[in-house]
Amino acid sequence: MSKAFVPTAAKPGVITANDLREGHNVWMCEDGWTADPAQATLFEDEAIADLALLKAVGQSGIVVGPYLVEARRGPNGPEPTHFREAFRQRGPSNYFHGIQAVKQAKQTEASNV
Amino acid sequence: MFDVRPVDTDYVRHRAAQFRAQVERRLDGSLTEDEFRPLRLMNGVYLQLHAYMLRIAIPYGTISPDQMRMLAHLAETYDKGYGHWTTRQNIQFNWPRLVDIPDMLDHLASVGMHAIQTSGNTIRNVTTDAFAGAAADEYMDPRPYAELLRSWSTDHAEFQFLPRKFKIAITGAQRDRALVAAHDIGLRLRQQDGQTGFEVWVGGGLGRTPMLGKVIRDFLPEGDLLAYIEAIISTYNLSGRRDNKYKARIKITVHERGLDVFKAEVEEEFLNRRRDFHGADREALAIFKDRFAAPAFRNGPVDAYEAERARNGAFRSWTDTNLHPHKVDGYASVIVTFKTHGATPGDASADQMRLLADLAEQYGHSDLRISHDQNVVLPHVHKSDLPAVYAALQGAGLATANAGLTSDIIACPGMDYCTLATARSIPIAQEIATHFKDAGLEDEIGKLNIRISGCINACGHHHLGHIGILGLDRAGVENYQITLGGDGYDIPAIGERAGAGFPYDQVVPAIDRLLRAYLEVRADASERFIDAYRRLGPAPFKAALYPEPADD
Repeated sequence: MSKAFVPTAAKPGVITANDLREGHNVWMCEDGWTADPAQATLFEDEAIADLALLKAVGQSGIVVGPYLVEARRGPNGPEPTHFREAFRQRGPSNYFHGIQAVKQAKQTEASNV
Repeated sequence: MFDVRPVDTDYVRHRAAQFRAQVERRLDGSLTEDEFRPLRLMNGVYLQLHAYMLRIAIPYGTISPDQMRMLAHLAETYDKGYGHWTTRQNIQFNWPRLVDIPDMLDHLASVGMHAIQTSGNTIRNVTTDAFAGAAADEYMDPRPYAELLRSWSTDHAEFQFLPRKFKIAITGAQRDRALVAAHDIGLRLRQQDGQTGFEVWVGGGLGRTPMLGKVIRDFLPEGDLLAYIEAIISTYNLSGRRDNKYKARIKITVHERGLDVFKAEVEEEFLNRRRDFHGADREALAIFKDRFAAPAFRNGPVDAYEAERARNGAFRSWTDTNLHPHKVDGYASVIVTFKTHGATPGDASADQMRLLADLAEQYGHSDLRISHDQNVVLPHVHKSDLPAVYAALQGAGLATANAGLTSDIIACPGMDYCTLATARSIPIAQEIATHFKDAGLEDEIGKLNIRISGCINACGHHHLGHIGILGLDRAGVENYQITLGGDGYDIPAIGERAGAGFPYDQVVPAIDRLLRAYLEVRADASERFIDAYRRLGPAPFKAALYPEPADD
């Protein structure tokens, strides 16, 4: 458990981790964990975030290495403020792999419905 | 080729089964992540930026066609169709699921491969010259000794929890292509008074505190190899610092205590250890020497090769750059670069792996090597077969004539994959390669080693680059320091920082200014960048990197 960041209303944050079985990145959301960072819960209060992080740590059968990290409120949900988190939310820059590929597949699927 | 002994196969299968049970216990909640983490690391399983990563050992970079085909199978079945050659002659898969890794290890065990000791504070993969047993400048084949060290160090009970990871490199050639001065222990095979032995280096390493090793023994008889290496590592095991991870490597132990003090302790321990070696190591070495006997080279004409060189300019260009001189007349070692301009350095697709396996069987005495510069070598190809090999490589996008040139860049995975990284490496390498190709300058620039690391841990060997690039996080923005004058091969040297770092989009323009300045100041076309740097010093190169603003 790492807690390098304390969220406030001015500097909110999200809780993120890796999926234990699959390894991919996940974010804490209202009803558990999501692979879509835009669905992540934005924490603006230290005490609430601390409790949520404790809950995340307790879910070690689902996720690995949960931590709080700064995010900002964007038009479609939380957005990263640091390039490392931006890469985690997008995928690698040398191949169209990771979350960017998953997103595109979902969009294609939706447009085919 | 070296065949895995039954006892090794049994051991590897046992370890794979053990790991399967550990994964099951992690998934059913019997093991916490804190308990599981060291167990998965002992089996080469990391959790990286986007996914798990499995690092598989390729001992001293030597791999058989069947093993290569198995890597292709794993790439297709459990990853995204490719694998990544590392700077320690291993391979990494970037996208496996934890639940699939026990199956991957079972598949690997079926061809005598594993991921043991590819992580953790243990003795890691022993590395050597990718041209071992083939190079014209080699006086002794280092592979039997590398295999002796691998065999001895695997699951060595005393050395499973060293203060920090431990890397050994060995060479038997005039030119040090194993980078012995940059390893915890480096070994150079030597002959003295008719006896075979080693010059032993200790305390080299890159990372946040780069240091070149020091010679601890001018000549160590080959029969004493394991006893002496064991004495060095046991001395380090006891005296190495465990209070600070960043001061735990043997280079710091030797530096802080002084070579003389460290050597005295090693020599004393050596006398004790030597009594425990009763000759089994020497018997094993004799067996390994037989196993690494030279293949049945053929003696045939090379007219077809010469004719194709005269006829085909692209083939001639490729043979000029991508062949390494062989010790046997009529043969060459082929360097298959995984550095196509714009591609990710060191990434190999499953199809490419299968092609290499086929070519090795058909034309290369079934021998393949992974080189530390993230390429693959076919060590023994008769020159008359080179036109066919070239044509096959061309069809797979593997015939880029750039070995040792600007685009033959070593780059770590950086922040596109690595959780430790502070900036990206891969796109910088891609952009440099395409820029100088598009500018038509690569051939004119000639031999050049560019090395890129995405953090201070230096997996991309930036300290040893003629031009080194280190990616850092400066106040939340990617920033790149440039070092100049490093070398791992001829005159070992740690590169010197040129000055302030550059933002991401200014790196390629800076390297462009630097190399255009080199073309201006070099004595002639035969003077490499590194030679011009040594002759002139850093001033003209720094001036190019940091031009004075023009007066308005």
